[in-house]
Amino acid sequence: MIRTQLTLSVNNREHEVWVRNDRTLLDVLHDDLGMPDVRYGCAEGVCGTCTVLLDGQPVSACTMYAVQAEGHEIVTLRGWSDPREDPHPLQKRFLERGASQCGFCTAGVLLTAATLAQRNPKATRDEIRHELVGNLCRCTGYQAIVDAVEDYLRAPTEQAAERGEAQ
Amino acid sequence: MTTVQPGTTPDTTEPPQAPTEFDPDADSGPLERERNFRVVGQSPAHHDFVNKVRGTLLYAADWNLPGMIHGKVVRSDVGPAKIVRIDTSAAERLEGVVAVLTAADVPHNAIVEHASGGLGELTVEQPVLARDRVRYVGEPVAVVAAVDPETAAEAADLVDIDYEPLPGVYSAEDALAGDAPLVHDEGNVLVNWRLERGDLDAAFAKAAVVVENTYRTQHVEHAYMETEAGVGWLENDVVTLRVSTQVIEHAVEIAAILGLPQNQVRVIASYMGGGFGGKEDMTVEPYLALLVWRTRRPVRMIWSRQESILASTKRHPFVMHYRTAADEDGRILAVDADIIGDAGAYPCLSARVLFAAAALSTGPYRVPVLRTRSRAVFTNNVPTSAFRGFGAMQVVFAYESQIDAVATALGLDREEVRDRNYIAKGDLTAAGEPLTTAVAIAETRRAALESLGAPAEPSGPNKVVGRGFAGSMQPYGRTIWFRDHASAWVTLQPDGTLLIRSGVTDLGAGQAASLCQIASEILGVPLSDISVYIGDTALNPPAGGTFATRQLYMSGNAILRAARKLRDQLSTVAAKELGVPEDALVWADGMVRSENGDTGMSLPELVRAASEARVDTSVLTTWRARSGGFDPQKGQGNTFPDYTFGTHAAEVEVDLETGDVAVLKYAACHDVGRAINPIRVQGQIIGGAAQGIGYALMEDCVTDEGHPLSSLFADYLVPSSMDLPDIQVAVVESGEGRGPLNARGIGEPPIGPPAATIASAVEAAIGVRPKQLPITAERVLALLDERDRRQSTKEQQ
Repeated sequence: MIRTQLTLSVNNREHEVWVRNDRTLLDVLHDDLGMPDVRYGCAEGVCGTCTVLLDGQPVSACTMYAVQAEGHEIVTLRGWSDPREDPHPLQKRFLERGASQCGFCTAGVLLTAATLAQRNPKATRDEIRHELVGNLCRCTGYQAIVDAVEDYLRAPTEQAAERGEAQ
Repeated sequence: MTTVQPGTTPDTTEPPQAPTEFDPDADSGPLERERNFRVVGQSPAHHDFVNKVRGTLLYAADWNLPGMIHGKVVRSDVGPAKIVRIDTSAAERLEGVVAVLTAADVPHNAIVEHASGGLGELTVEQPVLARDRVRYVGEPVAVVAAVDPETAAEAADLVDIDYEPLPGVYSAEDALAGDAPLVHDEGNVLVNWRLERGDLDAAFAKAAVVVENTYRTQHVEHAYMETEAGVGWLENDVVTLRVSTQVIEHAVEIAAILGLPQNQVRVIASYMGGGFGGKEDMTVEPYLALLVWRTRRPVRMIWSRQESILASTKRHPFVMHYRTAADEDGRILAVDADIIGDAGAYPCLSARVLFAAAALSTGPYRVPVLRTRSRAVFTNNVPTSAFRGFGAMQVVFAYESQIDAVATALGLDREEVRDRNYIAKGDLTAAGEPLTTAVAIAETRRAALESLGAPAEPSGPNKVVGRGFAGSMQPYGRTIWFRDHASAWVTLQPDGTLLIRSGVTDLGAGQAASLCQIASEILGVPLSDISVYIGDTALNPPAGGTFATRQLYMSGNAILRAARKLRDQLSTVAAKELGVPEDALVWADGMVRSENGDTGMSLPELVRAASEARVDTSVLTTWRARSGGFDPQKGQGNTFPDYTFGTHAAEVEVDLETGDVAVLKYAACHDVGRAINPIRVQGQIIGGAAQGIGYALMEDCVTDEGHPLSSLFADYLVPSSMDLPDIQVAVVESGEGRGPLNARGIGEPPIGPPAATIASAVEAAIGVRPKQLPITAERVLALLDERDRRQSTKEQQ
């Protein structure tokens, strides 16, 4: 198998990698770059577990080869919200609502929800459900996730939440 | 989520056996001074939530060691067959391959499961790697390891196996036929459970109505988002596996396979990305252990999703034939049930699953006379085993449908018939054991139905709307004759922080977090000052696995006992230091103080005083569940420690042109005894209902002679965010449960009622009862055809 030297931009940092051309972006992020917040779910692009942002858009890292990602900006959950800093308000709503059970799908769900919030800050409950259709969750039945995203959309900043605008 | 106050428990007629009195203050109940809960009943965001939401939790696959190689199982691509020849030479020659192992390389090539606890099942061995014969598509035949996953996959493809096909059998009904091919030489019936009470013929003879039906359910995939995975290595000559498992106690079986003493195998459970019973049997463990032991290198193994769909255990398909006799008022006189479950090619936990089916075969009803036969039958299908609900959920579809059928036959109201038949405290279960805690199922039904609100109008001309409900009774805790026990260890640190050590494994339902919450309640240590170390056979006291909705019940009681013991032994010190009676001390906010707050000391001060007084600041203790026996000949005896009751209600819309069923509204209510963490309780109820709705309407592992028609996740439909309505949740807190502080288990119960609930709603909409799952559009159209044929026959007459 042919190998290629790549420069991948992940979470605002450049990474040099030397990979087989058939190596998926998922395997490179998870195994080669040590990013456990990008997880294997199905390798079919069906479940959304391995969701990352590619130039701001959610994509499944399992159905992309790493070589295809060169020249694009990749953001993972830990790039979107650095664990050393305060949680993002959307993450706080997830905590309040218990929107994570086993947590395996949570990174993908958060990234998908975050892009929805940017694109359609007035999304209805149905639109939230529609947006999340590509992120399977086997534990929560989605309801707490939809609740958390809805809470966030109604009051996207902490100040708004404190002012009681969530009601 | 709303909380409903339970009504009074109905009076019971004289029980044939004196029930163990339920005393809320004995053992698991709150003591008088603990009644004003501060932490229990709250829903704090625990450590596990935070790590998951931040993306910092390390699951089984997120472990990397120097020199780590990658393992892959080579699986049979044919059904039943003789193995004529295995040629591993091409695989061994491939550059980067480190090991290719076959049956000859396994020291003790057998997994023997005594799931019935020695009550009459066949003893059938499951090889770790098939020797001379394979019995199902996907059976492991060899295992390889290589420097990277791609090379391992290539090597697996290069293992050349010649098979000679054998005749196979692919349904439990076919496998019972006299001339059916034998899946195992020992026979096709793994176990045959019988429960009997009273004179069946006499009861049926005096019945005003007898309803008789056959119900069929399907193979179901657990479909946890995290596939089976783990990493193993050798550390001080100990084979150490860090895997996604519900049961670290498999360490002893792994030792047996390797021929090692039990102190040379250590299993660590990572927080699981879902399990639902599918990680209760071993998955990657024996293969990882073999590779680690043979190569002496760290090894990682992750099953691909397609491999998981092909070869992981499934939920048992059941065929349930029921005859129910009732008098003219709808009172049940007798039930005659014959249940067969497709065990697949190996025993796994089938004997116990079919026992639960038998024990719960009559559901939450008082049934004076009964005969239940429940058989686990071998086939050449993929093995079936534990799955949330564990045999007690398949039967809900049958027993609730039968109650509705009785009501329909007598022209009675479905609720009324239930009110006349609900089991109550003191009544006997199917196995002849008196119930010992409150039964608030009628309250759960009222709450669920009320939550649906006003009925909806059909959204179009060819659409009809119907409403239904169903209740269930699900055990929590292990089968009682296993003499279950769990240990917990609590240690107060010099700075007042607390360590909890427990062998519990965490499925994502908060098994670890709930221990913190209970310990915090008793000892007054703030949650932020508690660390919990779980799931390690080397460093934690054993808790038993996380299954059978047993961990809140077992480890919850163990931690409650440990925390109380620690509090009691430190109370002597604090009482002396503060000059306050021991039972008047208040433990809260990291302090011990008098009730009026006049005097007190911090926990670090208390630890210092204890050290000077030579009092231990650590307690390791074991909690034992009550035990009992079951007589398989008489078919009566002790079964489960207790049960959780609940009712779900739904409104569906059926499209008469397409057969499509849309769930418009859904409500679920369970009596949880006491909600330790309301958000987690609600999460279990909604999540269980969602999985149950998938089971009712869409999920099915379709096979053709044992070959899956697809092993793609794209083809196995689990509910997406678009397939589910918002689920209204209500809980009843009866204050009677055998868990800590009177809680009842809630992990499995919510998956029981959905299929029967939706079948009941579909019948209300179209007038025909679905008796086979899943209730797909095609099946609904067939039911509509049946209805139309029946109507036209009637018109012709």
